[in-house]
Amino acid sequence: MQALAIETARLGRIYKPRRNERHDTKERVALSDVSLAVPRGELFGLLGPNGAGKTTLIKILTTLLAPSSGWAAVEGYDVHREPQFVRPCINMVSGGEASGYGLLTVRENLWMFAQFYGLSSSDANRRIAELLEIVKMSDRINTKSSQLSTGLRQKMNIARGFLTDPNVLFLDEPTLGLDVEASRDARNYIRRWVKEQATRTVLLTTHYMVEAEELCDRVAIINGGRVLACDTPQNLKRRLQREAIFHLEAAPLGAGDVAAIAALPGVSKASHQATGFGSSVELMLQEERVLGPVIGLLESRQIGLRTLTKREPTLEDVFVELVGRSMEEVEHG
Amino acid sequence: MGSRSSGWRLFARTVMARAYPRLVMNVREKWWLVFDIVLPLVGVCAYVFVYRANGAHPDLIGFVILGGAMSAYWMNVLWAMGNQLFWEKETGNLALYIMAPNSMMAILLGMALGGMATTTLRAASILAIGSLLFGVRFDVSNAAMLFVVFALALVALYGMGMMFASMFLLFGREGWHLVSLAQEPVFLLSGTFFPVRNFNFWVAAGASIIPLTLALDAIRQLTSSSGAALGFLDVGTEVAVLAGLSVVFLIAARFLLAQLERLAIAEGRLTESRA
Repeated sequence: MQALAIETARLGRIYKPRRNERHDTKERVALSDVSLAVPRGELFGLLGPNGAGKTTLIKILTTLLAPSSGWAAVEGYDVHREPQFVRPCINMVSGGEASGYGLLTVRENLWMFAQFYGLSSSDANRRIAELLEIVKMSDRINTKSSQLSTGLRQKMNIARGFLTDPNVLFLDEPTLGLDVEASRDARNYIRRWVKEQATRTVLLTTHYMVEAEELCDRVAIINGGRVLACDTPQNLKRRLQREAIFHLEAAPLGAGDVAAIAALPGVSKASHQATGFGSSVELMLQEERVLGPVIGLLESRQIGLRTLTKREPTLEDVFVELVGRSMEEVEHG
Repeated sequence: MGSRSSGWRLFARTVMARAYPRLVMNVREKWWLVFDIVLPLVGVCAYVFVYRANGAHPDLIGFVILGGAMSAYWMNVLWAMGNQLFWEKETGNLALYIMAPNSMMAILLGMALGGMATTTLRAASILAIGSLLFGVRFDVSNAAMLFVVFALALVALYGMGMMFASMFLLFGREGWHLVSLAQEPVFLLSGTFFPVRNFNFWVAAGASIIPLTLALDAIRQLTSSSGAALGFLDVGTEVAVLAGLSVVFLIAARFLLAQLERLAIAEGRLTESRA
């Protein structure tokens, strides 16, 4: 049996302009030089902003897209050359997908997808009942899927992914559209499911830091199609333990004020966000004592400081350290 | 979890599962009664009145009703087979079909069988209501041959539909335009509302690549007294050609599906272009 559930080596994908997209002549590098090794039984996370290449990587691993360079295997089978061996072992759930048919009920939709994997109707119906109980949708089993809210539809999709009990489950932003409680329930079930059997592996993409931190054994941070770091959430955060991270709320700051703070010696990073009544600033300092000059600068410019909080590093801070910008800033260009 | 089927059992399960939504649609969506029966009958009425106004042979009224009934299959082949994978791609179903261990041919066959069953209900309704409205009686000379022609017509038509579906895997919205383009000219070329024999021989022979053409011609010959006199080729030849077309379209569908699926995976066209 293969020790690695997922393996990629120098994997790359370039999207070329199509014939009917002559106005866009540029090739787009969606994935570049990605090498990963995910052992069986691991809950592995891919963390990155929208457009980072997470979905492209999942498409390649689920045999839906050919790589432009490099190599990838799932359960020891080459995803491009041996898709027929990969497909029985995998399943996928994407956030916000509208799969299935609106005129079919929840049970019928799930039954249909179970048939595509060769489950008998009795096994499928038993499993559907179990999973709908887990996602708290038993009362909707006979509701047409066109009558479901976005959140309930996503719960149905999540049930569909687990229905076939795959060895490797790909979850692409699975909690998109779910409310807080449903997201927490989904995360709990994902964790429980993968730990129940050592043969089960999950690759999860998310741009929610909490999700990656709470759920994943290891996380790869991805941006611009490249994997920038890959380790356990604890080890990733340990990279920043030398740094002091502060969150401050102040009167409105101008671009010049933020630039002046960022230019102070010992300030690794200052990211600013306007709030309703002022400014919110995340400061990453090489040493705690650099805080003095920062406060001094605010005073000299007569900018009132409202709150100042020291906090532990998060994966968001790791992302900022690696990319130089917050995930939100990257997403908004 | 119990064991999973593979091989032909998985193929059969997939066919039945994909046919299921189409079968259920008849019961749950009632709009088809208007769109798929009443509206085609309106078109049929127009031709019937033109023939009557010109004092045409009464058998031609039956020809028009048969054409109206069979055209339901053509519409189904175009819109619910040829163009279907575009909609499946938009909803995310196509990715799930490809990613599952089933065969895409089984998915297409399921679509075809479901489409055949639902369209047969529509075609039979058009035939029954049209015949009652205009007092048409069909004089079946060889019921067994009629069944063979009809069965072959469906295999050839849906084989063509499966081939279109494979080809349209690469298309996006432009597939919709191609389908629109293929709709009306085929009604003309296949002689949906008139005997195809009225064309020049070579035009009719060329139009015979559309299974509807020879199927309609053979059915007309087998259901009316004047059918043989107005027929394009003899029924035996038409049956042989339809059988040939069935084989060619099914093989082409399988070949094209494999090739174009590979191409679509290479070009990233199986899913919407999220990165």
